[in-house]
Amino acid sequence: MLYRETGQFKTSYQADQAIFPIAQDRWFIFGIIAIAVFVVPFLIDDYGANAVLLPFLVYAMAAIGLNILTGYCGQLSLGTGGFMAVGAYSTYKLFTAFPDLNLIVIVILSGLITAAVGVLFGLPSLRIKGFYLAVATLASQFFLVWMFNKFGWFYNYNMTGMINMPASTMFGLQLTGPGAHPAVRYLFCLGFVLVFALVAKNIVRGRLGREWMAIRDMDIAAEIIGIRPLYAKLSAFAVSSFYVGMAGALYFGIWLSSAEPVEAFDINQSFLVLFMIIIGGLGSIMGSFLGAAFIVLMPLVLKNFMVDGLDIAVVTAKHVEIITMGMLIIFFLIVEPHGLARLWTIAKEKLRLWPFPH
Amino acid sequence: MRGCTAATTTSRGEGEKMKFAKLTKVALAAAVVAPMLSATVLADLKVPSMDYRTGPYAPNGIPFANGYSDYLSLLNERDGGIEGVKIVNPSCETAYNTKQGVECYEKLKDGALVFQPLSTGITYQLIPRTIVDKVPVYSMGYGRTSAANGKIFPYVFNFPATYWSQATALVQYIADQEGGMDKLKGKKIYLVHHNSAYGKEPIRTLESMAAKYGFTYRSLPVDHPGQEQKATWLQIRREKPDWVLMWGWGVMNQVAVKEAASIRFPMDHFIGVWWSGSENDVLPAGDAADGYLSGAFHAAGAGFPVHADIKKHVYGNGKGKGEIDRVGEVLYNRGMVAAMWTTEAIRNAMKIHGTKDVTGEMVRDGFETLKVDEARLAELGMKDFTYGIQITCENHEGPGKVAVQQWDAKAKKWSMVSKFYEPLRDITGPLIAEDSAAFAKENNITPRDCN
Repeated sequence: MLYRETGQFKTSYQADQAIFPIAQDRWFIFGIIAIAVFVVPFLIDDYGANAVLLPFLVYAMAAIGLNILTGYCGQLSLGTGGFMAVGAYSTYKLFTAFPDLNLIVIVILSGLITAAVGVLFGLPSLRIKGFYLAVATLASQFFLVWMFNKFGWFYNYNMTGMINMPASTMFGLQLTGPGAHPAVRYLFCLGFVLVFALVAKNIVRGRLGREWMAIRDMDIAAEIIGIRPLYAKLSAFAVSSFYVGMAGALYFGIWLSSAEPVEAFDINQSFLVLFMIIIGGLGSIMGSFLGAAFIVLMPLVLKNFMVDGLDIAVVTAKHVEIITMGMLIIFFLIVEPHGLARLWTIAKEKLRLWPFPH
Repeated sequence: MRGCTAATTTSRGEGEKMKFAKLTKVALAAAVVAPMLSATVLADLKVPSMDYRTGPYAPNGIPFANGYSDYLSLLNERDGGIEGVKIVNPSCETAYNTKQGVECYEKLKDGALVFQPLSTGITYQLIPRTIVDKVPVYSMGYGRTSAANGKIFPYVFNFPATYWSQATALVQYIADQEGGMDKLKGKKIYLVHHNSAYGKEPIRTLESMAAKYGFTYRSLPVDHPGQEQKATWLQIRREKPDWVLMWGWGVMNQVAVKEAASIRFPMDHFIGVWWSGSENDVLPAGDAADGYLSGAFHAAGAGFPVHADIKKHVYGNGKGKGEIDRVGEVLYNRGMVAAMWTTEAIRNAMKIHGTKDVTGEMVRDGFETLKVDEARLAELGMKDFTYGIQITCENHEGPGKVAVQQWDAKAKKWSMVSKFYEPLRDITGPLIAEDSAAFAKENNITPRDCN
């Protein structure tokens, strides 16, 4: 009824190629963005920022990055944790070396450094694919974390090998360090995620994205129609690592503000982000957000419901939470192997026909 | 998001009513909840626990958490709380994971009086936050060592001793066995450590000491969670160090003891940090672990009056968190002594501020002027359990004394085999000054005046 595109005429190519061609979609998304930008900052508290929204935004960014590589270009990667570490350590080194540099610039520079590292570790993808590539990227994960732990230069030779984000301000507002208002930190991350999600959406709809998808669907055919695998694969590694690097920068710089390499960037991070895009939907920017929301928020919802709502003992709740998460993941994958994004699309198609499905 | 926070900010009174209403409905849950409720009835003093009863560190996290909560229950059951004010002890599961620790802290911090994260990684996360939230962190013998400098870390306390003090104490013990500090020259002392901020803590201290006393030092990192140590011990077998120190935690400890036994490394030349010296760490190796040494700042065993009280008042009323047979294990006692110093600090805060309605900030003052001497320990049923401490504005580490305990595999008992060593402050002092100054610089903190 409400969700129907009857009467929405498109009179230009521009209108036809819009990201959200249906007006209801457009207003829905604009509404969500408006709430996120204008309402949430007034409601946000420390719990909302540190436990809910910052992790969601950071992981959404990382999931977009991995989705570009795995979902769009079909190159399986288990090096996300390592690339996030590159972003985080770049931020740390740049910020301690040039404390006056604007943090926006630092996050983007960290992304670029990670992109360079990503291209380097993407080179094997020209010769190997599938599970073999996953093993090669796994090597990058272990190598990078080992390197950051081993060489004192990366953590400025401090005594514990931890990196700590120094205090800083932007436009007169404290952004990092003790006393930073949760709304400021939230808006900083939100700005990055919104802008770069839009950029990603447009890249994957453009020439580059089509090349990646061609490589993903059949690399020999893609080569025959004139797509250079070297360029396509390495550009996917570069763009993907750029996003993952920025996610690492926000992860360390804004969210946690201190990190030790082995725990913060271990292989579990790589798996977590991979699960996000598999559950959210491979080859979908929307899926990256849905997957991040599912993996980050679902344990919190379950835990708070069980502990505060049902009064179950904390440790029992934890075990139930782990079991439930596992079951939900299996459930969603059986019901819709293409992820939450596909469920979202199906729901929209059904809504368009409702209430007369035939 | 609002929904999540609303639950945390519900006032305790309402929470209680809701709780009982629900209890009748959720009969199944009630059986599980029963032991929890004792601590949460009529909330006044909120002393949260950040437990880890799941994950690879659970074998060590569980006894500590039990000891901590049981001592708080003891005060509630026997004395009606602290100075008549009941203690509530909400808990949150961190799984020894930094991110979950942050979530727990944010969830529990409203009205909390003190945090005991029992994780160096989480402590690092909390240190900057506590300055803003004005809640003290009591990282008892772990966390950031340079937080001993109270001028720069007003909200962090790490008495009775730090890792750096402990490193100097263990080396002094080695020197005593070898026949004096001058005999250390030419000896080989290796460190097997958890490859994390926690495990790396003693490295700088040991390096300084190696330079000063002329022993050969080498560190051998073991990655989380620590099950894979074959290469490490192969290297030890090849290079034959005279002494091996270990900074381990969780499953890493038992694996190390077993590996050491399998290469027949002499156990009485293998010394763990105080987090690597509990029953869980040595029992899996059986008789081979006999003679293994570890640092300690309190006694093991359940032979103190306080244990009798816990068994009678807490377990006797069915309110114990763990199993009664495990009361008195090393880590249980560690949790208990942590709760003792914490509650004494709250008591002290009540005394100096003349109110029973204390806040986190007042408890911080309570910690900073805390004095628990031998006479007070005897009153608490802990005579000779540990040593007396006195905290000052500058020194949040306190006395820093560490002894060495030894495992007797036949009797399955830990016993003290050395005196309490004074830390070598000429070694740790400059390092603390350097590291705390770095923190102050990063966060634009002006050291406060302590006079």
